[in-house]
This record gives sequence, C-alpha cells and structure tokens, in this order.
Amino acid sequence: MSNWVLNHGLSALVIVVWLGINIFLFVYYFHFYEYNTVFYYTRQITGSALAWARAPAACLNFNCLLILLPVCRNLLSFLRGSCVCCRCSARKQLDKNITFHKLVAYMIALHTVIHIVAHLFNFERFNDSQQSTGQTLDAVLSRVGHNDSRWLNPIRSDQTTPTYITFTTIAGLTGVIITLALILMITSSTDTIRRSYFEVFWFTHHLFVIFFIGLVIHGIGRIVRQQTEESMEVHDYLFCQNRTSEWGSIPECPIPVFKGGAPMTWKWVLAPMILYVFERLLRLYRSQQSVVITKAVVHPSKVLELQMQMKGFKMEVGQYIFINCPSISQLEWHPFTLTSAPEEDFFSVHIRSAGDWTDGMFETFGGDKFERLKHMQPRISVDGPFGTASEDAFHYEVSVLIGAGIGVTPFASVLKSIWYKYEKSDAGLRTKKIYLFWICRETQAFEWFADLLRSLENNMEQLGKPDFLNYKLFLTGWDSAQAVHIKVHFDKETDVVTGLKQKTHYGRPNWDKEFHSIAQAHPKTTVGVFLCGPQPLAKALEECTNKYSEINPLGVHFHFNKENF
Amino acid sequence: MGQIEWAMWANEQALAAGLILVIGGVVGVAGQFKGWQYAAYGIAAGVFIMLLEYPRGKRRKGTTLERPGQSYLAAVVNLFGPLTRNYYVRAVLHACLAVPGGFMLATVLGTVNLGIASIIYLLAAVRKEEWSPIQAQQSKGRQPGKSIHQPPTNPPPRPPAERRRKPEDDVESEDTPTIK
Repeated sequence: MSNWVLNHGLSALVIVVWLGINIFLFVYYFHFYEYNTVFYYTRQITGSALAWARAPAACLNFNCLLILLPVCRNLLSFLRGSCVCCRCSARKQLDKNITFHKLVAYMIALHTVIHIVAHLFNFERFNDSQQSTGQTLDAVLSRVGHNDSRWLNPIRSDQTTPTYITFTTIAGLTGVIITLALILMITSSTDTIRRSYFEVFWFTHHLFVIFFIGLVIHGIGRIVRQQTEESMEVHDYLFCQNRTSEWGSIPECPIPVFKGGAPMTWKWVLAPMILYVFERLLRLYRSQQSVVITKAVVHPSKVLELQMQMKGFKMEVGQYIFINCPSISQLEWHPFTLTSAPEEDFFSVHIRSAGDWTDGMFETFGGDKFERLKHMQPRISVDGPFGTASEDAFHYEVSVLIGAGIGVTPFASVLKSIWYKYEKSDAGLRTKKIYLFWICRETQAFEWFADLLRSLENNMEQLGKPDFLNYKLFLTGWDSAQAVHIKVHFDKETDVVTGLKQKTHYGRPNWDKEFHSIAQAHPKTTVGVFLCGPQPLAKALEECTNKYSEINPLGVHFHFNKENF
Repeated sequence: MGQIEWAMWANEQALAAGLILVIGGVVGVAGQFKGWQYAAYGIAAGVFIMLLEYPRGKRRKGTTLERPGQSYLAAVVNLFGPLTRNYYVRAVLHACLAVPGGFMLATVLGTVNLGIASIIYLLAAVRKEEWSPIQAQQSKGRQPGKSIHQPPTNPPPRPPAERRRKPEDDVESEDTPTIK
C-alpha cells in the first residue's frame, strides 16, 4: 500500500482534482444555461440541447487550456529546477506530463462528442422553427429581428438546411475544421502509429495550430443568443409567452430584443498559447547553439554512439535530450536517453537504427563513410536535458536495477555515475551494492552495454571490489541451437555469448527467488528497486516488493520506483 | 517517410470514421431529424465499416499487435480474398460509402473522415501495400526445453566409434573423450 501511495499517490490526487474541476464546470454551466432567465426564449426553441452544448463547451475551454501546458518541456524543466525544496516525488510528477496530456486529450474528445451531438439537435430545432409557419412560441420567436441584428434564431432563412448553415457560418465551419483536425490528430497518435511511424504522428500532430486558431475564432459569430437586460426589464416572459399575437401592440410586451454572447474561449487559451509560443522559440534558440561531436562510434547491430559537447550543458542521470539533424530532416526532433554520466566531460547517446530518421543518422555519422566524417561534419542541434534526475538510485544502500530491452539504456548512465562516485568516495553515494538485472530477447542490439559492463568488471577487480556490482543477464529469446552451443562451452570462464565473467541466464528471471536471496543477503536494509521496462513486468515486481518487504520496520524493505525514462 | 505503411493509419482513420458515422446516424434517427433515412444508412454503413476495419492487417516489418478479439473477424474478412486484400478496392469502397452521408448534417462528419481514410488507403494501394491476416505466432521452433528433458539415449560407457550407432546428438560425440 505504501508503495502505491509513494508511486501513484500524487498522480491520483492530480487526477481527482482535475476531474473535480471538470465536473464542477459542466454542472455549473449546465445549470446556467438551463435555468437562467435570459435564455428562456432561447430554450423555447432548443430545449435542453442548449445547456447540453454549452456545458461541454466550458469543459473544452478548460481542457484546451490544460493541454498545451504538459508539452512545454522547457517550462517544466524550469519548474523542476526551481523546486529544489520540494520532495522528489513532486518533481517526478512533472515526468508524467505526457500521460496527463493524453488524459486531457481523451476528455477533449469526449466533450467534443457531447458538444457536437447537442448542436446537431440545436441546428435541427432552429431550422424546424424557422420553417414553421404556425403561431407557436418558437415559430414567433424565430421571426423576431427580421430586419436587424436583434434576432434570436441564428438561421435567418426558411429555405435552408442545417448542413448549409454549418458550412456557411463561422461557428459551423470552424467547428467542422477543428473537429477534423482533432480526429486526424487522434487517429495518428495511437500506440501503433506512434511507436512504428513516429514521423506521421509528429507531423499530423502539428494540426493543433489549426485547432487552436479555429477554436479561438469559433465563437466570434456570437450565435448563442440571450435576451438583453433592457428587454428583460420591459418584457416579462412569464406574462408574455402566451400572448405572442399581442407582442408590440400592448405596453407590457414589446418585441423582445436579443444579443449574442461574447466569445469566451480566447480568455482561457490565450495564456497557454503564448507560453507555448515561447516554448517553441526557446527550443529554436537552444537549437542554434553549436554542438560539437567529439566522437562517433559505430557499435554492432547498427547502433551509433555520439559523444558531444555543448556550452552550458549540465546533465544528471536518467535524463534525455532531443536531437535534430537538419541535413536529414529540418523539422524532426527525436528523443534519446543520455547514456553518459554527469562526471564525464562529454554527453553521449546511443542511437539504434530503427526507422527513417535513425537510419539517416547512422548513414551520416557512422556507416562506412569514415572519410566523410573528417571534412564534412553535419550540424546537429540538441534540446535538453529533460526529465527528472534519477538520483534516488544513489540514496539506497542496496539498489536493484532492472532494465528490459532498451530500458537498460538509462542504467548505463546510472552505473557509470555510481562508479565515478564510488571511485572518488563521493559522500552523496550511499550505495554499497548494486544488483543489475538485464532482460532482453537477444543481446545483439545492446553489445555496447555489454562492453560497458565488461569495463566496469575490470575496474572493480582492479580496485579489489568485485562484489560491488552483481549483474545477471537474462536472454529470453534463445533457441535450441544456442542451447547446444552453450552446453558445449559450459566450462569456459567467461560467458560464451557476452564475454562477461558472470554467466548469462536463459528465460525470464524467477523474481521470487531473486528477491528472496536479496532479502536474505541484506536483512536490515532498505532496498531500492528501479525498473525501466514494460507494464506487466512492473506489476510482477510490485507484487514481489510487497511480498518480501517485512512489516517489522527494522527488517528489509523494498521500495519500488517505476520510471518512465 | 519512406518506411511508413500508410495502411496502418488508414485503418485507424477508417475505424474512427465508422464510429463517427454510427454516432451521427444514431443521433439523426433518435432525434427524428429531417432526412433521417440517411442517418439510418449511416448506422448500417458505419457498423459495416467498423467490422471490416477492426481486424488489423499484418505489417510488412515487425510484429503486429492484434486488436482484442479480432481473430474471428479476421477470418471472415480473409474469406473475401482479393476484395478485402486489395487496398484500391477499399479506397473505392470507402469513397462510395461516404457519399450518402453527405446529405445530412449528422452524418457529414463521418463522410468527411471516411473520405480522408479513402485517400490514405489510395496512397497505401499505390505503394503496393496489402491486407493479410495476422497468423497466430507459432512457438519458436519446438519447445526449447524438450531436448534437454529427454534423458540421454546413448549414455556412457559406449562401445568404440566404429561399432556405435549414429548418435542422436552431435554434442554427445563431442563431449565424450575418445580414447585413442
């Protein structure tokens, strides 16, 4: 339970508050438009559809304000940096920005549906009333203001269709355009598209510019009409609503006068839009700063390591940067976890060739064109670093690091940093023992990490502390041919697959066994468990951390930290 | 964007368009709007499109994640052979299905989105993409543990090589030290 509160408590609070505000806005504005007297005559035509359209509109205003904020990563970095006094968990909340962005997007989609459905009813009813030739209240109301701007019914002709009105009014046309933009943004940001065809997602998502412009001008037609205050004073709807034939002839019922409500959306979204413009300008400015590539290393399986230097760049472990290479693509920025330690005088990333852009990087900086490197250094730009530092790893006496597949990348930074701190006997380092579990299907893509482990192994032996780092590599994608090969070379000192001293395991780890042995080896300590990997693994680990943490406060305790590196 | 399989995005877009068509259709019929017959059509067409697009096709590169429960629909879709495999057919089909929705406001949004999906499918067809069902992943070869669990069939002491039967496992012959 305490693990859940530690990891999710603040998120749950944020979501509850956010939902609460949404519900409040919806109910408040629904009430306003459903019961306020200035809309009485409007409701005679539309019924409750008016309130059903205006309530989600208010929520849409609120959520469109929110949606731009989590993606202002420089602003978030600034907030994070200035929050030194806050507890780490508060800062970690800022890392869940994309999750929050998605939640707000779903809410926008939901409210858009309600808003559009309600307006479908509104338009239909407005049209029906305008075409009606009877003397019913709604028909009479529709004829009010025939020659001037004091009308109630925004459909001024009886020879038209709702579809025509939609495409010839500002509100209707902008509504259609921004809804289309929203739908295209959503369909191109599903997991499948985003993870496999990032460029489609990235470019389509810039439709948000059209979305926000359309959103701001959506209301300038002022077609949500209410009775004016002056008219309310002289024309009492309760008395006059049944005397439509006498309107204008008797002193108690002059013809009612209507006006449109002023557009409100810009008041909500103007500030975030300005902030976001600043954010993009800041990114542009930072991208102009020169980045010097001190070394480019090609690793097996088309992995490119870039070591770079940039003036004023300060990183911490577990952070990531965005890289842009104009010679490959002017507009694309791609995120990569930093694999160097802050103690080194350069910063590095490992880029695996997995798509158009990364292939391009590999061709440009690595590949076989070594001669090209010498006299033609393509420019790259770097934005960052972003993300909360994973300093927690240094604060536990015993740290268990679990990386699955590519999730092992941030641990490269952590391990290197721990090693530098250990060598210098840095006081900030409380760690005495590290367990590293590295799980992947095959090691080919991560041989650079195996190299790192090998060099750490050597360093530790030289310092006489071979037990500091205990790592286990689990290969989950082995087949019988490999098994045969391994059987043959069983007796060799180093592992046949990785060349490391500690042998490779096959299949998935038995977490019960592992946690049990760690708990026994460190009976009175708090053990920090760090995972960078898929959700099912997180669940399994959470169960184990709960199971093997003793209730006795002096006993062994496991703290589970799931990071979305 | 050379490596993008447009059909994947077209599929998401068409599925969304089908859903929008259904919602618009339901509103039009429930509200008894003028032209509600087009709304009724919208519901029927929308459901058909959602059923057709729900099974995700196999990607050319990498593994494809199935949508939950799509195998049954995939079997049905596969039955139609080239009609469903070919994306030109789908592009034309969606374009035609979209047209009647344009006659009524409630279904207009579905129409436009379906039109966009049709265009993306056309792009996919031009790039020679095809729909194919995702086969259930066969287990990687036979169970890796199987050969290990069998006890050795020819344990030592063994007769000399000349009189030995053909060994089951190459490994066994390597492991046993040959006495010269």
